[in-house]
Amino acid sequence: MSGLVMPALDQKVLARRAAIVKSLQAIVPGEGVVADESGMRVFESDGLTAYRALPLIVVLPETVDQVAQVLKYCHGEGIKVVPRGSGTSLSGGALPLEDGVLLVMSRFNRILDIDYDNRCAVVQPGVTNLGITHAVQGEGFYYAPDPSSQIACSIGGNVAENSGGVHCLKYGLTSNNVLGIEMVTIEGELIRLGGKHLEADQYDLLGVITGSEGLLGVVTEVTVRILQSPETARALLIGFPTSEEGGQCVADIISAGIIPGGMEMMDSLAIQAAEDFVHAGYPLDVEALLIVELDGPEAEVDYLIGRVEEIASKNGSTTLRVSNTEEERMSFWAGRKAAFPAVGRISPDYYCMDGTIPRKELPTVLARMRELSDHYNLRVANVFHAGDGNLHPLILYDANVPGELEKTEEFGAEILKLCVEVGGVLTGEHGVGVEKRDLMEHMFTEDDLKQQQRVKCAFDADHLLNPGKVFPQLHRCAELGRMHVHKGKTAFPDLPRF
Amino acid sequence: MTTDTMDADLHPKTAEDVLAAVQWAAGEQIPMEIIGQGTKRAMGRPMQTAHTLELSGMSGVTLFEPEELVMTAKAGTPLAEIHALLAKHDQELQFEPADLGPLLGNATGQGTLGGMVNTNFAGPRRLKAGSARDHILGIAAVSGRGEVFKSGGRVVKNVTGYDLSKGVTGAWGTLAVLTDITMKVLPRAETEKTVAFEGLSDADASSAMATAMGSDCEVSSAAHMPAHGGEPARTLLRVEGFEASVAYRVEKLAKLLAVHGNADISDVDASRKIWADLRDVAPFIGDTSLPVWRISCTPSHGHVIAAAIANETSISCFYDWQGGLIWMQMEDGEPMADLVRGAVNTNGGGHATLIRATAEQRLATPVFHPQPGPLAALSRRYRENFDPHGVLNPGRISVEG
Repeated sequence: MSGLVMPALDQKVLARRAAIVKSLQAIVPGEGVVADESGMRVFESDGLTAYRALPLIVVLPETVDQVAQVLKYCHGEGIKVVPRGSGTSLSGGALPLEDGVLLVMSRFNRILDIDYDNRCAVVQPGVTNLGITHAVQGEGFYYAPDPSSQIACSIGGNVAENSGGVHCLKYGLTSNNVLGIEMVTIEGELIRLGGKHLEADQYDLLGVITGSEGLLGVVTEVTVRILQSPETARALLIGFPTSEEGGQCVADIISAGIIPGGMEMMDSLAIQAAEDFVHAGYPLDVEALLIVELDGPEAEVDYLIGRVEEIASKNGSTTLRVSNTEEERMSFWAGRKAAFPAVGRISPDYYCMDGTIPRKELPTVLARMRELSDHYNLRVANVFHAGDGNLHPLILYDANVPGELEKTEEFGAEILKLCVEVGGVLTGEHGVGVEKRDLMEHMFTEDDLKQQQRVKCAFDADHLLNPGKVFPQLHRCAELGRMHVHKGKTAFPDLPRF
Repeated sequence: MTTDTMDADLHPKTAEDVLAAVQWAAGEQIPMEIIGQGTKRAMGRPMQTAHTLELSGMSGVTLFEPEELVMTAKAGTPLAEIHALLAKHDQELQFEPADLGPLLGNATGQGTLGGMVNTNFAGPRRLKAGSARDHILGIAAVSGRGEVFKSGGRVVKNVTGYDLSKGVTGAWGTLAVLTDITMKVLPRAETEKTVAFEGLSDADASSAMATAMGSDCEVSSAAHMPAHGGEPARTLLRVEGFEASVAYRVEKLAKLLAVHGNADISDVDASRKIWADLRDVAPFIGDTSLPVWRISCTPSHGHVIAAAIANETSISCFYDWQGGLIWMQMEDGEPMADLVRGAVNTNGGGHATLIRATAEQRLATPVFHPQPGPLAALSRRYRENFDPHGVLNPGRISVEG
């Protein structure tokens, strides 16, 4: 690990490991407790493979009651718990703790109820994102958020990370598509928020838990909104001589009142890598390539294709193709969808970043990134969810060159600080995890972070759930609760009044 | 400081003023009522506070970039001003915040951005567009502890830290005083039409609305007005978008539901009026002595819940959100909370909020749906971590806080 400091190991817990294994086996019998090193090895990292740690014990519960008992036991014994779905997090959200139980939810893999009248599905958290769509597509429905890991990632993990995807510009993120959850608190209490009705009541705890990276509770059931598949979808593949022109085209499409189903941009290095890999027919003489997908009724899609064509040519597009068949549409997407592995082919390693910026800042950010690239002598390819400003710079490096990973991480941090500087944020969809934890102070003040941690205190006062993630410093809840206002010393405020 | 000045209302002009006021209140542990223009005072649990922090002096849009689909305004900015500004650019707050002023016996067109966020009442388009919580991007606020904090930002894709912007939305001012709010704005639909069917029973309407919403006609709103006062029942479906697309989908929808009779199609102006009236609960504007409930439930169970209540007492009601939102007027003048909430609890769950009632009724009856023990305890801890001394709108949601 390069410089990552995790919470101090609890030696008392480590010393009691054998007894803890026994207690957990009593709760989850059979193969539900994995305590041997080779069995636990597969869980030592998530999608952020630069960081690894062997958990204390792995537990794979099968019932909600088991989850509640495991958490209650760990809470009573002061043992840390790291929840894990499919382990596809790109920010180390499911990185194990050596003195913590890894609670793997993959056995919760059943679809409990599909309700077409109310357009929702009730599923267990281990069901994959794509598994939901597969279950309902026979009736013409789908689940809209589509993170690129959708074939493997679990819906419980999606809730933890508030996952996005290409289609979230028009259809929203996970938080906009989840109607309800059942979760277990660290104290083992079962809480239901929302359900098949359209909004949860009173405080929006559902909104707070979505995207809380496994720090507030363990989700045991999710009710998601399913949507009727659009009548048709067509895409345009548009090339521009500069990223400025591509960026302006995106702004003009949105200003025209058009919200495409997806709108993606790639820079020349990403285009080249993707074309070499999948031969999608991408133009190689452009600096920016835009994929615009329009979905809906045929009459609407045909009309909007014409509008987007006009806007593109007004912005100086040099190539423009419109998909006329489903195969052609898929071929436009093939290069974009393979962009990460394609970049993986032209470099021994790559590091995927995930900042969001106001769209208008794209040319500035790309120019500054080129300077940084020269400074660090590392190439960077850019893939961009252009519609919502979510930028994925891929830094190319070689982990076998001593010091290059550290240099890459420094470069990455500079990019994210740049995103914050221009009015954006550290992470658009990959989460903070351990990866961006120590950058949080560049975006938030101490008071901002303390208020977030106070929310944590309402759910988990002992910091047992996934500690060491998201927050650069752990403050004890008693300390966070202390008031620094001095009674009698603050004057009645001198404000205008009646 | 004399007792006289202590009775004064506070009118902050800046976020610093708000901070000073809340720090004072927190230090002295003196409860404050937080209002914008005070248009929602007739809702929620009545409070007794010595002081009022009135935010209407904190007004103005500070950032609006139509091509970036983002707007920031101070919390006391009149909503009417925001609607007008967005309309100039053919944009809107897509979740159609309800204007409940007239329902409560007040003027129309009042209220502030902060009040809208704190109550989170979405209009008929909620089925497709969500509510304020789905469109809020960032906040700056002063917690009940007397500390400034911010959350979120100005971009849509953001998972940096807990989403406290959602976390304070719909909180009725009990967690923090919002000073600045950033919202996602979206293009207003070029046109719209309403497809209506006459004479359907509540159960048939429920099934027609489910078919419509489950079709690829992209219906954005679905409501049912049962027969009343000699008027036949009307089932209403809204189709919005680009002209050519709307024409095509309206025709397709009428065919799809032909089994329910001939469709009556309203053009754009009539259609907008229909949905604005439903949004603002126009059918129950008038006799403010009659209690009105807002019931959020599983859409297909709406008519079952209403029937269970109608069996026991005299009601008028209509359904929005495909049946998932029932507006219900109690014709005998009593809220009958146990009956209403019992029907919700035994038919798929949800929650019933007592929106219009006398102050006495709103003190005697929990305005918000009581939560199960563990959730109520969690909500209380959540609140205490923003406002440990309960100085912001104490008692607005429940006796406990």
